[in-house]
Amino acid sequence: MKSIEAVNEFVIRFANVNGTGSASANAMFAKSIFRMGIPVSPKNIFPSNIQGLPTWYEVRVSEKNYLGRRGGVDIAVAINPQSMAQDIGDLNPGGFFIYDNTKALDLRLHRDDVNLIGLPLTDICRREYSQARQRQLFKNVIYVGALAALLDIDFAVLKDLVGAQFKGKDKLIASNIHALELGYQYAQEKFSCPLSIHLERRDLIGDRVMLEGNDALALGAVYGGATVVPWYPLTPSTSVIEGFEKYAKRLRIDPGSGDRRFCVAQAEDELAAIGMVIGASWNGARAFTATSGPGLSLMAEFLGLAYFAEVPTVLFDIQRAGPSTGMPTRTQQSDIFAAAYASHGDSKHVLLIPADPKECFEMAADSFDIAERLQTPVILMSDLDLGMNDSLSAPLEWDDTREYDRGKVLSAEDLENMTERYGRYLDVDGDGICYRTLPGTHPEKGAFFTRGTSRNEYAVYTEFGDAYVKNMERLNAKMETAKRYVPAPVLYKAKKKTRDGVIFYGTSTDASLEALDLLADEGLHLDALRLRAFPFNKDVTDFIDNHDRVFVIEQNRDAQMRKLLIIECDLNPKKLLSYIHYDGMPMTALGVSGHIAEILGKNNVTPLRKRKAGA
Amino acid sequence: MSYIRPSFRHPNAEANTKGFTRQDYEGALSTLCAGCGHDSVSSAIIQSCFELGVEPHRVAKISGIGCSSKTPTYFLGKSHGFNSVHGRMPSVATGASMANRDLLYVGVSGDGDSASIGLGQFGHIARRNLNMSYIVENNGCYGLTKGQDSATTDIGSKSKKGEPNPYEPIDLCALALQLGATFVARSFSGDKEQLVPLIKAAMSHNGFAFIDVISPCVTFNNTAASSKGYEFARDHMEATGKIDFVPVRSEITANYPAGFSQEITLHDGSVIHLYKDGKLDCTDRRSALNAISEYSEKGQVLTGLLYVDPDSRDFHNIQQTVRQPLNSLAEIELCPGSRALAAINASLR
Repeated sequence: MKSIEAVNEFVIRFANVNGTGSASANAMFAKSIFRMGIPVSPKNIFPSNIQGLPTWYEVRVSEKNYLGRRGGVDIAVAINPQSMAQDIGDLNPGGFFIYDNTKALDLRLHRDDVNLIGLPLTDICRREYSQARQRQLFKNVIYVGALAALLDIDFAVLKDLVGAQFKGKDKLIASNIHALELGYQYAQEKFSCPLSIHLERRDLIGDRVMLEGNDALALGAVYGGATVVPWYPLTPSTSVIEGFEKYAKRLRIDPGSGDRRFCVAQAEDELAAIGMVIGASWNGARAFTATSGPGLSLMAEFLGLAYFAEVPTVLFDIQRAGPSTGMPTRTQQSDIFAAAYASHGDSKHVLLIPADPKECFEMAADSFDIAERLQTPVILMSDLDLGMNDSLSAPLEWDDTREYDRGKVLSAEDLENMTERYGRYLDVDGDGICYRTLPGTHPEKGAFFTRGTSRNEYAVYTEFGDAYVKNMERLNAKMETAKRYVPAPVLYKAKKKTRDGVIFYGTSTDASLEALDLLADEGLHLDALRLRAFPFNKDVTDFIDNHDRVFVIEQNRDAQMRKLLIIECDLNPKKLLSYIHYDGMPMTALGVSGHIAEILGKNNVTPLRKRKAGA
Repeated sequence: MSYIRPSFRHPNAEANTKGFTRQDYEGALSTLCAGCGHDSVSSAIIQSCFELGVEPHRVAKISGIGCSSKTPTYFLGKSHGFNSVHGRMPSVATGASMANRDLLYVGVSGDGDSASIGLGQFGHIARRNLNMSYIVENNGCYGLTKGQDSATTDIGSKSKKGEPNPYEPIDLCALALQLGATFVARSFSGDKEQLVPLIKAAMSHNGFAFIDVISPCVTFNNTAASSKGYEFARDHMEATGKIDFVPVRSEITANYPAGFSQEITLHDGSVIHLYKDGKLDCTDRRSALNAISEYSEKGQVLTGLLYVDPDSRDFHNIQQTVRQPLNSLAEIELCPGSRALAAINASLR
């Protein structure tokens, strides 16, 4: 049997039982690789459960800097007996199967094309620890120690990480380091270390940081000036709000009084959360909430109100697998329709689509400017993959000369100097955006009644069809104006001139970009465009016009973005091909490239799916 | 109902302490049915604001959907208003208050809006003790969709359609008390003498002030067999006592017989003076709940001030938000800047 040989270019997957403390040990493993200067991308694949169900943690190590999922597994760390059959089955030939051999491996699971590495984890724990919880927790730390020997992780790096994690708790530091050493020594003695798959220190990280998208959104909201933050707990959006509160408690306390320059309120449901956002924004504060698909469905009525009454509204949608409760802890990009056209009647909303933590940070801050400029809902479309996994990212940046764009708001002075009658829905500038006033501004002028019913330009209730149509047309004109304010798409030109293209967005980016490289290696060249917002501007239609065939790559069953492009850009549907992946796991580069190669290359290319890992 | 409002105003119309006349608190002409109880409530709100010397533009009027929720158009025309979605006024009001704690929030809702579709939001705004006056114009029916029974319709009560209601009613005052509201009162749209001091006290209260106002629907639910009609209301109301509201810094001039009155000083120094029968202690939640059910068992409706917690801590107190309204914080107070971000970046490596 030939073992896979790879340096800094492999996939390792941990299989654990949830609620046993494995996630933090696995995260420490990933962080140690990051600290060794090697690009790494961990994905936590967890169940909607607190304790007892299978959970996986897949780590992509790639010195070529590919951060999406590759497809396939080179090393399995199988700690969970429940999933062992699947875990060994998924392993690439020549890979390594690391398991707890306290109990002999079930003979039916044996594969002679993989390397078996047995660690007597339960035995070691039984010998070393008396308490059940300790045995459970340290088992994870011991296998990380063993991996340090097997893969050649710098032990000093691990020690540093333990020291930082348990800062000030010396006893815990000592016991964790002891557990790491137990694993390390066992592996050193029993196996020829390192394995043919291993790590070598590099300097490929630069100034990059590692954080979760939700954390970056939270910071973006702090920097963007959000003060009112109502919310309702819903995986995978919860950590956005927890993050906001964490940073706001650090950065937004009035130094004199110790009081808070923010207000986070747990609402009774998502309806109330978005209602509070609308009330606060109407009243001139920057407000937002975060939710996921089920919450978005509930918020639909209110989003229609905000669209029609023209109240700036910021919502972060951390998408998960739907429909209904779906797979609550699995990822998807399947709320595109629900968000773009949320609510009854002719409603349409601005969407922002970040692809990495830095963009989460920037777009979160920008969303307040855009919402206030356009006086309409702005829905930021992240997902579980980006939101809840640590991702490598360029460092977050803030330009101190930047000023919040509060949009068209009349001050007391503006109102005082106004000679004509104030009309809340009067399009003075011809861009579809009217001037709003905030409650309490001026004693005599500027008051109006905000409503979800139709009204004339002076905010007076009307059922006259002409006035209604005029208003609806203006809202459409405002969406045209929106195209100037939303982030432009990003173009990736192929090395060779081509008439084929791909379009992708959000978390489909990393796997797609890697797939394009794989395809180029095979002589298949495609230009690419990454969407970052809706409504689509001319760059998007130009890209499609300039190509004969365009693949739209996304993570939902119904090819929602492809259809949105067809509807909104009035395209011939035959021109847009589709690659969809929606099993709840992030898409893989091999999945994307295999599909495109099959269609473009027909018979003259080696099927990419058969390529070896690390090759 | 009339279509044209006479523009004549008395040249010597009386002005309040802030120099505003009653006219400064009026709104657009009502489009509700002639004789609708809701118009009386609007008028009582106007009267209360006038007497309190509230600056009209410092009030925010918020409502849901329904006949009652239309009424904020008909009072305080110089205030901003928000007619939101059905049953969701509490959340919009909560957000508005979070943004600016310095305005006076008046929420107007109906029994459909608060006791049915919005029961959840009603319960939670009471729990949160949001600093606002929340007035339900309770007519026991769905007026705007032509008279269906609502969740506050009493068992056996008959609307214009003639079918007796078979379901248990929801008593919003009892519910508000159970959920922790810090000011609870009930009144009748036809009893301005009682309603105006209650609204004034509610507006002066620091926290969630709830008033359930029985406000008959003259078109669909004013039959002899309806327990929310004018006739029934007049015959079956029992007041907790005559109420006087004495604004802050005013002298108490009325002469109340000893032993028959209760004085409650609110956080801003204003005083509620209750001339009553002596049974109900308006600062005791349980006493209020008992009194409501006692009268209900007798087939009577207890009106007046039922409960007030003068030491109430409102939502902003609980949240420890800064004294300055959040919507007025400057960018420099909100944005931590690039140096703080550099430190955060460093912690993420």
